[in-house]
Amino acid sequence: MTATEFHDRVQELRALYPDGRSAVMGALHLAQKRHDGWLPVEALEEVADAMELTPAHVQSVASFYDMYHLEPVGRHSIEVCTNLSCALVGAQAVVDALAEELGVAPGETTEDGAISFRLVECAGGCGYAPVVVVDQRYREPVRPDEIPALVEEIRGR
Amino acid sequence: MAAELTILTGADERDLTKLDQYRAIGGYAQLEKARGMGPEQLIETVTNAKLRGRGGAGFAMGRKMSLVPPPDKRRSPAYVVANADESEPGAFKDREIMRRVPHRFVEGCLIAAHGIQSQNVFIYIRGEYLTEYEVLSDAVEEARAAGVFGDCDVVVHRGAGAYICGEESALLDSLEGKRGQPRPRPPFPPVTGLYSGPTLVNNVQTIASLPAILELGVERYSELGVEAAPGTVVYSLSGNVNKPGNYELPLGTTLRELIFEHGHGIVDGRGLKAIIPGGSSVLVFTPDQIDVPLDFDSVQAAGSFLGSAAVIVVDDRACMVQLGLRGAKFYMHESCGKCTPCREGTRWLVQLLERIEGGEGTRSDLDLLRDVCDRILGKSLCALGDFAVYCVGSYVEKFYDEFKRHVDEGGCPFDGASSIDGVLAPSDTHVHKHLPLVPA
Repeated sequence: MTATEFHDRVQELRALYPDGRSAVMGALHLAQKRHDGWLPVEALEEVADAMELTPAHVQSVASFYDMYHLEPVGRHSIEVCTNLSCALVGAQAVVDALAEELGVAPGETTEDGAISFRLVECAGGCGYAPVVVVDQRYREPVRPDEIPALVEEIRGR
Repeated sequence: MAAELTILTGADERDLTKLDQYRAIGGYAQLEKARGMGPEQLIETVTNAKLRGRGGAGFAMGRKMSLVPPPDKRRSPAYVVANADESEPGAFKDREIMRRVPHRFVEGCLIAAHGIQSQNVFIYIRGEYLTEYEVLSDAVEEARAAGVFGDCDVVVHRGAGAYICGEESALLDSLEGKRGQPRPRPPFPPVTGLYSGPTLVNNVQTIASLPAILELGVERYSELGVEAAPGTVVYSLSGNVNKPGNYELPLGTTLRELIFEHGHGIVDGRGLKAIIPGGSSVLVFTPDQIDVPLDFDSVQAAGSFLGSAAVIVVDDRACMVQLGLRGAKFYMHESCGKCTPCREGTRWLVQLLERIEGGEGTRSDLDLLRDVCDRILGKSLCALGDFAVYCVGSYVEKFYDEFKRHVDEGGCPFDGASSIDGVLAPSDTHVHKHLPLVPA
């Protein structure tokens, strides 16, 4: 997506609402896609520009929500839910298997920048737990012994 | 008697994500019926059907609709906002509804819009539900192209990961493009909501129940469920059961039937230790409460809440201190920070529980834990603070001996054998580590 395409898309989003400021979340989702999955200062400025908002306001919004990343992330993401329902059926074993396979702890990115690994709050897959989310797509349920193949698959993308 | 469905009806037989398939079973006919009725008559029908909110609070939908001022008494346009920000630990019903019967949900949105004479529907879907967002957006576009919207428009709005945005006033702030933090109330949304206009905010499942109410009529709909709360509900069953999943059943189904008949009992023939009847934010039940019927009044009479009808089953391997700690960390992470009792209180809960689980707790910590609960409950701007207390506080009350053992024995009596042993909360790892180098 070029800067012009981004700008145009944001204007379309703004037109959907009686008050165009509502489009800031959609604009941030788009900007993140355009900037390797995270929001550097330039991305926040781009959103502010297209939205006619101050960069400070845009940052205040971006810093509130878990899905906006204000620090660089890997090319792919693996997220594990460890909330109650997942915890009860062995999410910890999945977390341990991933940490071993990836060689990094939750909250970190592999050294080659390929995969960010983090733990998330309830993903809404409680009946199919433990839930693993790969690049925003749910895998449910995932057993610890499936982790090596899963990581290999992601690395091959 | 085979249970009659009102929400997921037909989804096992057909691909109801497609408009023609939904039309083939009478889809959007109820919208036509609603539009043939006057708005007052429609609201009366919803009121008579005693439809109570399925998102957690259980507020009567008909009453909520009637609180929205009619067009001649409005200063700004009215809005329908569908709350699809399902994030309650244990709940995954709205996800299934949007994925399998998106058109029924959209039809419900349009029926609600007719009831309050609104031309704008916003569906706020949690950001993580990307696949559901795509399915729902396709359904919306298909319905729009087929001309069923009339003079109404539907916008699907993606959230970005914040439990608090399921709270209606925080959702409205978020939808307006701000940080999602709750508003002081009154005024309530039906009077002053989105963009300060009158706004009807309802959960996905509540809205998706509307077509069936019109199709069956109040009388037949009232034959389902219990007298004070008719209808069916999609129960989300999870935790240590053999067959977890979503089960649409009449309101008033007992925990025993849900867990042992539909859920095929506890895994590995283990003993039942605790049941959380309505998502992590409600008070815990003990096994002797297995015969409580799952409807709003019965669960409340038994000392908890039906909440979002998300039943979490806990078997005898789990340490309740660990479970409470895990819950507390969730609320600490999701507390929006706007009000002090919740922001600070949830941190105190986590610190105290960590100390107790770690074997450094004292008897006075148990008193302090209850004292902190007291200082949060009813004193927060929204219900999130209360939720943390319902969770942690009820574990302490109902499983006090287990908490006491942690203190007296200087550590967790399960000694690493708890089913959730060592589960770390994301709150410990949400800080994004800076990468030294990001390859191009």
